[in-house]
Amino acid sequence: MVSLEQIKGQIEQAVAGALVELVQNPAVPAQSSLLFGPTQGVAIARFLRDSAGLRFDYASNVTGVDWPDTVTKTKVKKLVDGVEKEVEESVTKPGYLEAVYHLYSMELKHGPLVIRMRTANRTDQVHLPSLTPVWRGAEFQEREIYDLYGIIFDGHPDLRRLLMWDGFKDHPMRKDYVEPDDYEYEPTPHDEVLEKAKTHKAQEVKP
Amino acid sequence: MDEGLRSELSKAGVFTTSLNELYNWGRKNSVWPLQFGLACCAIEMIAASMARFDIARFGAEVFRPSPRQADLMIVAGTVTKKMAPQVVRLYNQMPEPKYVIAMGACAISGGPFKQGYNVLKGIDRYIPVDVHIPGCPPRPEALLHALMTLQKRIEEQALTGETRPRHLDANQPSEFPIPAFGAHDLEPPSNPAIWSPPKTDRGC
Repeated sequence: MVSLEQIKGQIEQAVAGALVELVQNPAVPAQSSLLFGPTQGVAIARFLRDSAGLRFDYASNVTGVDWPDTVTKTKVKKLVDGVEKEVEESVTKPGYLEAVYHLYSMELKHGPLVIRMRTANRTDQVHLPSLTPVWRGAEFQEREIYDLYGIIFDGHPDLRRLLMWDGFKDHPMRKDYVEPDDYEYEPTPHDEVLEKAKTHKAQEVKP
Repeated sequence: MDEGLRSELSKAGVFTTSLNELYNWGRKNSVWPLQFGLACCAIEMIAASMARFDIARFGAEVFRPSPRQADLMIVAGTVTKKMAPQVVRLYNQMPEPKYVIAMGACAISGGPFKQGYNVLKGIDRYIPVDVHIPGCPPRPEALLHALMTLQKRIEEQALTGETRPRHLDANQPSEFPIPAFGAHDLEPPSNPAIWSPPKTDRGC
């Protein structure tokens, strides 16, 4: 398989106005990926599938990632009433939801190529183009992402919840999901479960 | 009937019994399970029905594909919250007398998925369970043991009086409310008439 930089160059040449960014993975697997702008997503995906040298004809895995809002606090020296003081400033970086596709080529026997798309934020602009028209096998996995993360895939043929029921309001795989409080006795609770156990024990009437 | 007199009579070749015993004997030896499985425990249930373990020895080999013809519901596997209303509905469609075996860690308590958001923490929250089998999954022997335990319970049931079973008491419910799909959880999360959270004084 050609390198990611070359694929990036090919995409930028073939698809007009394509925003492609190389996301390095500094961890041990060093599996870097390509980040697309969602507007050109389908065109880029079609190019990856149909281009003679690439032929990524198989979407092996589609998954979602939730990146919550991050707050970074920095101490800045500022003039307050003529006196220089150290003031703490916090910067909130809005989070986003991400869809990750792992692509292989059955024909040319290479892969994986990891591609990502990100939504604008986590609340109201959670639309991404569906790549199901390009890779049919992504249908159920995009439904699962819609169910568990709440990304709305535009152009999906049948976007319904997959695992939870239709009337369900939450997206359980999001970091800020609060599960229903139906704690039950456990012999060795720990971490978060221990905290839950303590609150329930306080409410419990002793026999 | 006096036990001594009965054994004397049986030595003389006279078999005596009571209607109660005859009735329960007949019932306990043809407990027909409902044929459905929810997860890997169902594989063990299938193994129990095959030649090596052979649930037919206990008269329970006729797995019925319809709840209308079944006496026993073996809840074999993980009951997800999406599946729970259907399980309760199937139970309601079974004719009395009916019994429930909760098979495996998931069916009795939620098991390894107890801390999850989509698995019911035990089917006994919605329907009355007669025998619980722990295990992940329980071996076929454990299922056979549960069946024998159930047979013992059927045998001991009195047909009249205050302790008579549910199906002979017109005031007892034979149907149980089916939980609805709510916005965040099943509604209600349990049936308070038959289940309440376990009370314990052990540390947490």
